[in-house]
Parts: sequence; C-alpha cells; structure tokens
Amino acid sequence: MAVLLDRDTRLIVQGLTGREGTFHAKQAAAYGTTVVGGVTPGKGGTTHEGWPVFNSVHDAVRETGATASVIFVPPPFAADAIMEAADADIPLAVCITEGIPVVDMLKAMTFMEGRPMRLVGPNCPGVISAGRAKAGIIPGHICREGRIGIVSKSGTLTYEAIHQLTRLGMGQTTCIGIGGDPLIGTNFIDALRLFAADPETEGVIMIGEIGGTAEEEAAEFIAREFTKPVVGFIAGQTAPPGRRMGHAGAIIAGGKGTAAEKMAALAQAGVHVVKSPADMGTKMREVLG
Amino acid sequence: MKIHEYQAKSVLARFGVPVPRGEVAFSAAEAGEAARRLGGSVVVVKAQIHAGGRGKGGGVKLAKSADEAERLAKQMIGMTLVTHQTGPEGRMVGRVLVEEGLQIDRELYLSLLIDRAAACPVVIASAAGGMDIEEVAAKEPHKILKEYVDRGTGIVPFQARKLAFGMGLDGGPAQKLVKLLDAVYRAFIETDASLIEINPLILTKGGDVLALDAKVSFDDNALYRHPDLRDLRDLGEEDPLEVEASKYSLNYIHLDGNIGCMVNGAGLAMATMDIIKLAGGEPANFLDVGGGASAEQIRNAFKILMSDTNVRAVLINIFGGILRCDVLAQGLIAAVRELGVRVPIVIRMEGTNVEEGKRLLQASGLNFTTVDSMGDAAQQVVGLAGAR
Repeated sequence: MAVLLDRDTRLIVQGLTGREGTFHAKQAAAYGTTVVGGVTPGKGGTTHEGWPVFNSVHDAVRETGATASVIFVPPPFAADAIMEAADADIPLAVCITEGIPVVDMLKAMTFMEGRPMRLVGPNCPGVISAGRAKAGIIPGHICREGRIGIVSKSGTLTYEAIHQLTRLGMGQTTCIGIGGDPLIGTNFIDALRLFAADPETEGVIMIGEIGGTAEEEAAEFIAREFTKPVVGFIAGQTAPPGRRMGHAGAIIAGGKGTAAEKMAALAQAGVHVVKSPADMGTKMREVLG
Repeated sequence: MKIHEYQAKSVLARFGVPVPRGEVAFSAAEAGEAARRLGGSVVVVKAQIHAGGRGKGGGVKLAKSADEAERLAKQMIGMTLVTHQTGPEGRMVGRVLVEEGLQIDRELYLSLLIDRAAACPVVIASAAGGMDIEEVAAKEPHKILKEYVDRGTGIVPFQARKLAFGMGLDGGPAQKLVKLLDAVYRAFIETDASLIEINPLILTKGGDVLALDAKVSFDDNALYRHPDLRDLRDLGEEDPLEVEASKYSLNYIHLDGNIGCMVNGAGLAMATMDIIKLAGGEPANFLDVGGGASAEQIRNAFKILMSDTNVRAVLINIFGGILRCDVLAQGLIAAVRELGVRVPIVIRMEGTNVEEGKRLLQASGLNFTTVDSMGDAAQQVVGLAGAR
C-alpha cells in the first residue's frame, strides 16, 4: 500500500475543462490513475476528452463514485471549490491552485471543520503514489515505486528529492506536497502520521522552508512518537529576513522562522538534517544502510 | 504589499479606529501649510518610509510652530534615512506626515495577524508599547497577551475586555479599546490585511485611545479585489529591478552576491541559493521563473539578471519534469544571443529530452556549461564567478 492515493482511487478534476485541468487530467490518466470525470459549473452534461463533466461535486460523486478530487480552479474561486468538495464528503481533495487569499482560506478552514474530507494544499504540487496514481502536477516519469515517503512544502524541490531517490534505486511510496501557504489542509505531522501507519514506507524525506513554526512542531512530534528514519532539509538558509521568498508563507519575520532554528530543532529530534539539497538521497541511503 | 504609515492610518480610520489628525506632505511648503491647518502648540513631523525605527534615525521630530515644521520637513524630504530595518544603504524620504501633538499617558502595543498553527487570526497586545515587541517577547514573555479569534464569530467583546484589562486599562479607556479592537478586526478582514500593527497604541492624558503609529500590509493574493488599496503601492520604496521583474510576473529579490540565479519554483530557488553559499559563493538574487519556464519568461529573466552589474556568472537550475529540455535550450540560446549575455552560464536541467537539450547548448558555441546535479552546478558556477 501507499498513502492517500492507490490503485483503487477514483479521481475527479475540479476545473477539468480549463487548460491546466485538461493537461494534468490526461497526465494523471496516462500514469494509470482512474480519472472518472470532472466538474465545471455550467458545463454539466457535456463530455470533455471523453470524461463526463458535472455541474457540481455532489453530482460527480453520486454518478462516478469518486473518492478523490484534484482542484485546478483559478484563485478567486478555489476556496469555494474546496468547500464544495468538503460538502460532498469526498475523502480527499488536493488543491493545486496558487494565490488563494488567506481570508478565503480562513472561511474554507471553518467550513471543513467537522467534515471528514482531508485537504492537501493549496498551492502545492499535489500527491503521487509511485507506480499507482497521482493527483496534481508531480511528473510521473521521475518516480519509481519504492520505500521512501516524501513530505514537502516546496514543489520543484520535491521533484529534486524524488529524482535523487530514483537515481539511487530507493524509489518512493507516496510523495505529498503540502504547500507553502500560511493556511494549509495537511501539515507535516498529518503526513508523518500517514507514513507511520504505512508498512511500505521505511523512511521519510521531509523538506521544509523558512517561515512559520510547522517544522519545529513536526520536530516535537518526531521526537515524541515517530520511529522511522527522517532526512530533513530546510530551504532558505541564506534568505534575508523580512523578504517573502516566493511562497506566501516563506518569510523570516521578527527573527522567527529561520532555517537555522528549524534545522536545530529537527536535529535535536533525531532527524538527519542535510545542509545541501544535493545530499537528501545519499543521506537516506546512508541512514537505511 | 506594504504601505506608508499615513496610508495605514487612513485605512484604519475608515473603519473607525481613532488616529491623530494629520496630513501628508510632499514638500516643505506643504508641510508648513499642513501644520498651520492643524494648529495647536506642537506638531510632529514624521518621515514616511516602509521601515521601522525612524525615531532613532532622526525621522520623527517635534515642531513648536508651523515654520519649524516647514524647516524640519525641508531637512527630511530628500534625506536618506538609515534605521535598523533599512540596512546600511537607508531609504530616501519622499514624503512626511505632519500630525497633531498629543499628551501621552501610556504607550501600549496591539497587532493582528494570522496564526498558522492555530489557523486563525490572533490579537497580540501588551502594556509594554513603543518598544521593539520582539525584544519584549524574548525578555519578558509574560507581558505579551494573545487572544485567538474564532473564525466564525470574529473577535467577541469578552476577549477584547480581557485584553483591555490585561493591558492595564479600565473604565472609559477599556470601553474605547473594545470598540477599537472591533474596528481593527473588521479592517483586517475587509481589506485582506496580512498584518496590522499599532505600536504604540496610546492612552492620552485625556483618556482617549489612539493609534499613534500604524503598520499595515496586505495579502498580495487578494489585491485583485481591492483596486483602491493596490493604488497605495509606492514603487519608490522598492528595488527598481524588483519592480521591473514584477511587471513580467517574475519573482525576483535582489541580493548582494555575484552569482545570478534562475530557477523554477520558490523552494528550489531558495535551495539553489543555499547550495551556492555552501560551495563558497554568494547569490546575487532569488529568482523564481515559475513552473513552466517558457522561452518568454527565460528571456525576461535574463534581462533582469543582466541589469545587475555585479553578476559574474549565472546558474540556471530548472527541474521541469514534463518540460521539454530541448525547447528550453532553444529559448536559452535565443535569449543569450539576443541580449548579448557575456558571463559564463552553468545549466542544470531535468525534464524530457535532456540529452538533446544539452547537445543544442554545447553546439551553440556560447558560454554554456551543462551539469547533471545541483551539487556540480554550484561548484562550477562558484569557480567561474571567482575566476573572472
């Protein structure tokens, strides 16, 4: 098994008829994911690239038995799409959209309370279970079915970690891009809990970045109860304070959120912290022996 | 997006937050007139730059007459103000705020921002206002009060009272703070602010509670629905290269080193800077060209990089996944030819058709070095930057 996505996942695409939605739906299907349809309000009843299009997530779930949704909806409407998915009680929604206003996400977070859906993202590359299924934009061809889980705030840096593991022959179970926004659905600890329960995952690469305290909280969790080996990297060791480094959440403010603090907290928790992003894979191989 | 103090106060005042009477002035004459209109025995002249610590740097001064205000404004406008937040190069002052002088009884602290771990807004307050709040938090954490705001209800009166009493207010001033907090919270949500910081919030000798200083920044992602707020942007406060880059939707931050970086993705861009530093070099910038790294974006990115005369070598790190490296290579070659780029360029790229991409770069006769890993890329580019 892997986590979040597997061969029995039935995926719908919110925003299927858009350029990104169409492209990545095809990519997901080509990777072997069972894509069962899409949602574009106002285009219900039509088909797109052979997939049925529905007006609402409710309709799509009822008609297709979808178990997961990937969201490629433009920022002004993306929080609404998240809430719609939650209201349809779909177990998993992965939101790729970058640039959702924080106030919109506050509403979505409130709406999701008490509903069973797990949200991954927003502003993330999505999730891929190597060799099985994907929801998002992580390129399938760089992955190889294997034994390492990845959880990361960054997109292309996730690809880098995947690439290193594949080249070294270790492969991946599931790679989870959690996103670099201030408000996200799935955090490091949530992902680590999933990996803890997955017998195939033997080790985890955790990629954090400056800003916030999510890495420190994950360090506490790891020290307390996570027993599999973790290799950690924090991006932004050289970032100047007070400057937002691309991601809305990647900022060192008031002397807090520095890479040095995060690396120290992770090392203290027994994480194998690497200074160079080129060493993530080799460090994992060294740790696993 | 950051805005000036006078703009922040005007935004807050719109929601009913009490602020001192004042006017912005772009010249000494305007400042004098503003002081005359304000009247009273004392006015304050405050340099408007997007950085704190202005008082210590000579950017906040008292004037006992309109003529003095005009003289002070004359000194301030056009001066380069250096504070602990501006860096040694300082900021040019282009405008001043002329404000009524007030009889201050106490200086308090108030701010509102998003707490990521709790996933809700949090109000931070303290009786120890007027100082660097980070220092207070580090040395006397018991003086920092926090109230987490329920996303559904917003800040409710008992929370506001708790903060007021915790800050040492009671009676009329406590009631005024409750009202003020409600206004600040509405301003935060309705303007899509990412931070509202009032330091100091003052209690006057007359028992009024006012925002004597104010710092507001907005969520860039929400500016599309606030055209009026977007107009408050002061390009003079930003690095000219960063302003230029933002026109092309490039995410660029100017730094002090000599190795230009061009990377797709923010995390990988930060990691590329880190690995350059580990290899003994200094990055000249952070630059995220976005996920697609189209030929157009590559060309724009080169324009920005080459406008920085410190750049001695360039490291391009593109992890495309589904991106075609041969197409990327063609874009690079065209951009380098067209812009006459002369510095050495080290390229690490991943995606489809990598080998064809490398062959095109090598066959171009231009100063490209292709490498297979981030580690190699950093070693090579640091060597090339130093060798020149």
